Amino acid sequence: MQALKQIWVALATVAVMGSAFSAVDQKTGASDAALLRSTADHSKFKELQRSFQSGPEVTKACLTCHTEAARQIHQTQHWKWEYVNPGTGQTLGKRHVINNFCTSVSSNYKACASCHIGYGLDDKNFDFASEQNVDCLVCHDSTGKYKKPSGFSGHPVTKDTEFPPGSGKIVRGIDLQAIAQKVGKTRRETCGTCHFYGGGGDAVKHGDLDSSLDRPDKALDVHMDAEGNNFTCATCHKTEGHQVPGSRYAPTAMDKGGAHIRGKADSTNPATCQACHGQAPHSMAKLNDHTDKVACQTCHIPAFARGDMPTKMSWDWSTAGKRDAKGKPLVVTNDDGHVTYNGIKGDFVLEENVRPEYMWFNGSVKYTLMGDDIDKSRQPIAINTFEGGPDDGKSMIWPVKLFRGKQPFDPVHRTLVVTHLAGEDDTAYWKNMDWEKAIAAGMAAVGKPFSGKVDFVETVAMWPITHMVAPKDKALACNECHARGGRLDKVEGIYIPGRGGNRLIDMLGWLASAAILAGVLVHGLIRFVKRKH
Amino acid sequence: MGRVYIFTRFERLWHWIQAVLIIGMLLTGFEIHGSYHLLGFEQAHRVHTLSVWAFIGLWVFAMFWHLTTGEWRQYIPTMKNIDKIVRFYAVGIFKGEPHPFKPTRERKHNPMQAQTYLGVTVVVTPLLWLSGLAYLFYNELTAAGYRIDLGTIATVHTMGAFLMLAFLIGHIYLGTTGHTPLAHFRAMFTGWDDDH
Repeated sequence: MQALKQIWVALATVAVMGSAFSAVDQKTGASDAALLRSTADHSKFKELQRSFQSGPEVTKACLTCHTEAARQIHQTQHWKWEYVNPGTGQTLGKRHVINNFCTSVSSNYKACASCHIGYGLDDKNFDFASEQNVDCLVCHDSTGKYKKPSGFSGHPVTKDTEFPPGSGKIVRGIDLQAIAQKVGKTRRETCGTCHFYGGGGDAVKHGDLDSSLDRPDKALDVHMDAEGNNFTCATCHKTEGHQVPGSRYAPTAMDKGGAHIRGKADSTNPATCQACHGQAPHSMAKLNDHTDKVACQTCHIPAFARGDMPTKMSWDWSTAGKRDAKGKPLVVTNDDGHVTYNGIKGDFVLEENVRPEYMWFNGSVKYTLMGDDIDKSRQPIAINTFEGGPDDGKSMIWPVKLFRGKQPFDPVHRTLVVTHLAGEDDTAYWKNMDWEKAIAAGMAAVGKPFSGKVDFVETVAMWPITHMVAPKDKALACNECHARGGRLDKVEGIYIPGRGGNRLIDMLGWLASAAILAGVLVHGLIRFVKRKH
Repeated sequence: MGRVYIFTRFERLWHWIQAVLIIGMLLTGFEIHGSYHLLGFEQAHRVHTLSVWAFIGLWVFAMFWHLTTGEWRQYIPTMKNIDKIVRFYAVGIFKGEPHPFKPTRERKHNPMQAQTYLGVTVVVTPLLWLSGLAYLFYNELTAAGYRIDLGTIATVHTMGAFLMLAFLIGHIYLGTTGHTPLAHFRAMFTGWDDDH
């Protein structure tokens, strides 16, 4: 029966694929006659009918028409990699934070800048006022062929190049002219080029963002469902003047506003659930009673990493350094082929379909930054802390990915450290696997002292879970939380029916009920024994 | 032996619907409270809430009936002869003595019984009603500026539920103390009391 079913499914698949291909053919045939949705066909622009040797050349061509684009980009976090949190006063952004993945972009720019929307960000002397160094293509490529390989400071490679030099490995050059002539709106894939691969690989960092969202089905993401709503990232992260709303540095934890309406001026974050769904989205009134305390994501994202792509849950740098028999860094993979140990990185724990942790969150995030005192006796050290509580009137219960790490720090200066990982020089850890050299180089890059001593400290980072929204029939059922030992068991300061009430009243109540029951039973027994007939 | 028609059709209907609703609300209520798993939280909540509205509807009818028929006088409390009733249940019942109270159409309940029903009606039920409605409309209350802790509301509601449970146990047991164990139950179904 099962075999029959499989054959049937296979036949059906072939049939569907066949018709899909013929549909594509018809489309291509008719595309000359059909009008573009856009009012401009970039392949007809003279500025783009030439060959381009570098990214900045393309940008200069773009700017001849899109005169303000670069200066708009200059205002963004995507460009600055810096964000001053007005609430906490902390200077954040990729150029400043230290995390428990690869710890820091500082001293690793050549590799990390492949996710910068610019060209040539390789050290702190980068000219952030440069217009031609804005990378238009990384977001607006519609061909999927644009690449910014690691090691080139964010530049694409236009001619076949041996990299690393002397390695015999060739990075293929790409045709910027063809790509420039086909620019379009951002797509899931363009945003995903960086955001799906954060932390050094697919699905590694966020847990709710990975390449399974390139073409998700409904079960994975009810909004992005490629066969259904087919949202792009920008459908929610509705962007004006290149300012993309929604940031994990200063998230909107609580949105008390109604749904945004066309024509009505609305300056609040358009990327929240409420910005479309309002405050009372459920047909059952009691469910709407939850929206004042419980973030939508808590019930509607029952698990993250649901797209068959495991996310990293922990990373132990302290075990790095092992080599195999040939003297190469040891690599261990699990049954699914995913790396669980790498000599240059240490041990990883990977998980799929992860149930989030839950906590109060008011949108304020405090970071542990370079120079902040690290007291090892108080590990795990919070890389960042979601602030908030039940009584501040600003907090909601949020799902969170807790990412645990064990990373190097300086036990003498009691500070987290910048580790120089990537690069072809003698100090890069991924080259020579020597912590002292790597940290000395890393700290020198940011102008901070290093004692020469290396120790490892446990750390934990918080990541808000907000993507991979499941269809409503997959949302959490009531008893996931309304139960003893349920998902919200550890969330304090709120009464949750079913989680446990007043213990004294419960004890007295059951005791009294049992006493009364015993009393009437004894009474009845005496009646039975003493009955006259 | 004589037969007296004690309970009218409406009273019997009222009693048994109320019985089903109260037992149902106790069962589902303690499940919502987290005491055990039976229907699952969502289903228990749905049944509990629907029962409440049915109960309130029934209550409106019952009040109307009591006020228009004057039957509310049945529940006027009295201490007269209550000592005899207490003595009967403590001692006499074991000796096969006859019940000191004979129900009539005018006075259906013995003084102890009437007082208990009154207590349930004016103390336990309002406690459950008020805390239950506050529980159900907690968000609206908060929005209106009444800052009551949900845990407190739930605790009061739970206390009411335990009182109701205590009443229910006693009530069912005392139902077996007629001249035969099933006599009172029969009367509650047929309306006829033949304990004369």
